[in-house]
Amino acid sequence: MARPQSELLRARTRTAWLFLAPMLIVLAMVAGWPLLRTIWFSFTDANLGKMSQAKFIGFENYYASFGGILQDPDWWRSVWNTVWFSVVSVSLETVLGMIVALLLNVDFRGRGFVRAAVLVPWAIPTIVSARMWGWMLHDQFGIINDMLERAHLISGPVAWTADPHLSMWSVVFVDVWKTTSFMALLILAGLQLLPSDCYEAARVDGISPIKVFFRVTLPLIWPALVVAVVFRSLDALRVFDLIYVLTSSAKETMTMSVYARQQLVDFQQVGYGSAAATLLFLIIAAFTALTLIATRSRASEG
Amino acid sequence: MMRALQKFGFWLLVTVVVLYSLFPFYYAIVSSLRPSAGLFKVAYWPHHPTLANYTGVFAGQPFGRNILNSIIVSSVVVVLSLFLGVTAAYALGRIEFKGRGFLLMTVLAVSMFPQVAVLSGMFELIRWSGLYNSLPGLMIANMILTLPFTVWVLTTFMRGLPKEIEEAAIVDGASPAIIVRRIFLPLLWPALVTTGLLAFIASWNEFLFALTFTLSNSERTVPVAIAFLSGATKYDLPWGRIMAASVIVTLPLIALVLIFQRRIVAGLTAGAVKG
Repeated sequence: MARPQSELLRARTRTAWLFLAPMLIVLAMVAGWPLLRTIWFSFTDANLGKMSQAKFIGFENYYASFGGILQDPDWWRSVWNTVWFSVVSVSLETVLGMIVALLLNVDFRGRGFVRAAVLVPWAIPTIVSARMWGWMLHDQFGIINDMLERAHLISGPVAWTADPHLSMWSVVFVDVWKTTSFMALLILAGLQLLPSDCYEAARVDGISPIKVFFRVTLPLIWPALVVAVVFRSLDALRVFDLIYVLTSSAKETMTMSVYARQQLVDFQQVGYGSAAATLLFLIIAAFTALTLIATRSRASEG
Repeated sequence: MMRALQKFGFWLLVTVVVLYSLFPFYYAIVSSLRPSAGLFKVAYWPHHPTLANYTGVFAGQPFGRNILNSIIVSSVVVVLSLFLGVTAAYALGRIEFKGRGFLLMTVLAVSMFPQVAVLSGMFELIRWSGLYNSLPGLMIANMILTLPFTVWVLTTFMRGLPKEIEEAAIVDGASPAIIVRRIFLPLLWPALVTTGLLAFIASWNEFLFALTFTLSNSERTVPVAIAFLSGATKYDLPWGRIMAASVIVTLPLIALVLIFQRRIVAGLTAGAVKG
């Protein structure tokens, strides 16, 4: 009896690999190979015009007597910008997303409509939302300046996307507008799985809603919240489209992705740009590994 | 009194959330309907609505072609991703074999890749294969965005199906290909719609690859075309036309999202929460 069983098992395993092969080949072609080539290019003097003539130069793109990427203040500025953008925007999105999720978790008339409305910013392409907000935040003809002036909150027009002190806040603001709904939906999915009996008990005991939120709701949806925050953070760390269109290559808002692409394409320095891309990849890989370890150890504790 | 105040606060919050979400799109529609000379004065309502911006955006550049490009690229990417996704999900979701966990982690890791990290390698690959400045080049590149989460979400759905459904077919000696086609495809239909839609949106919105791997106006996709819409000079942006183009490419997406609201939410949460 044992023999046909293992025969069947072997056949199943063969089938599995056969069915996986096309996907794995495509994935290796579009992800594995290009990544390896990018890392290789980061150790060469490759130029966009003649990539095939790239020569190996070791770590000189990273650190060299004439200035590698790790000695470039603009790079460190883009690292700082990216981290700042990610921390501020994801924090705001989490808080606002939580509020929207709690709102949508209440049973009220017109809830379907509100949920649909909240989904609209998410459905709008990033480029389009960058353009829409670029127009609304326009320094001379923008509606935001008009509204604020009517409300006497500002005395003159503000250059939201050009003023070095404000441009990063504008980028964060637009990102929050676009992605809060994603956050809210993930949190809402967590909320709807919660058992209703502990809420009943809390209500009978007359505990204030704020206390219930911090003592019951928050701990229960914590795992879902962590996953949502990690996903959003990984997205925020590689932000490109929004910043490229809203503030183009201004130093105040340049992130690691924008920096790497500028070196790679605009300055044609494939080697140097690949080094920046490789560093971004390493940072994101480290972040992913850390969260994986953290969630694993948490899971094994619980 | 306290209750009334609470109720008022609740509805105020609901109103603020709805206005905050919808106003920018409303204002884009208003701006797109106004004559471009009038845009230098802020207005909250189109007093003399005109479609000039809508006809202008098609006359000034090959915008119809750009839309077609986006539809072609996204459709091919969706079909390819779903085909590869279903076959892979069958193996990953229904068969126990060594290395399955590792493969799933690899697929998940690829979905975390920053696009920039593969940019120079992809550029070389696309130029080497002669696909620079062409739609097939973009299709290949976009697979990195859609394939990992398609595999991931479909595997989650497949795993959730009861074990018994394929046992009878295995006993009858049906081949795996037939099992997938006859048994799983009909059951996976809702999941395919969801993941297909999410893949379509991801590909439709893709910007970095389309920006880097195309050169001529006629090969550009919609996001790049909108980013490059310009007037006579660099400082004279045709905002009316930009808003018209934005409304045109966003309306179908909003329609899709509203129709498939529940499905999309289910797909997003299956992709994230269960991960």
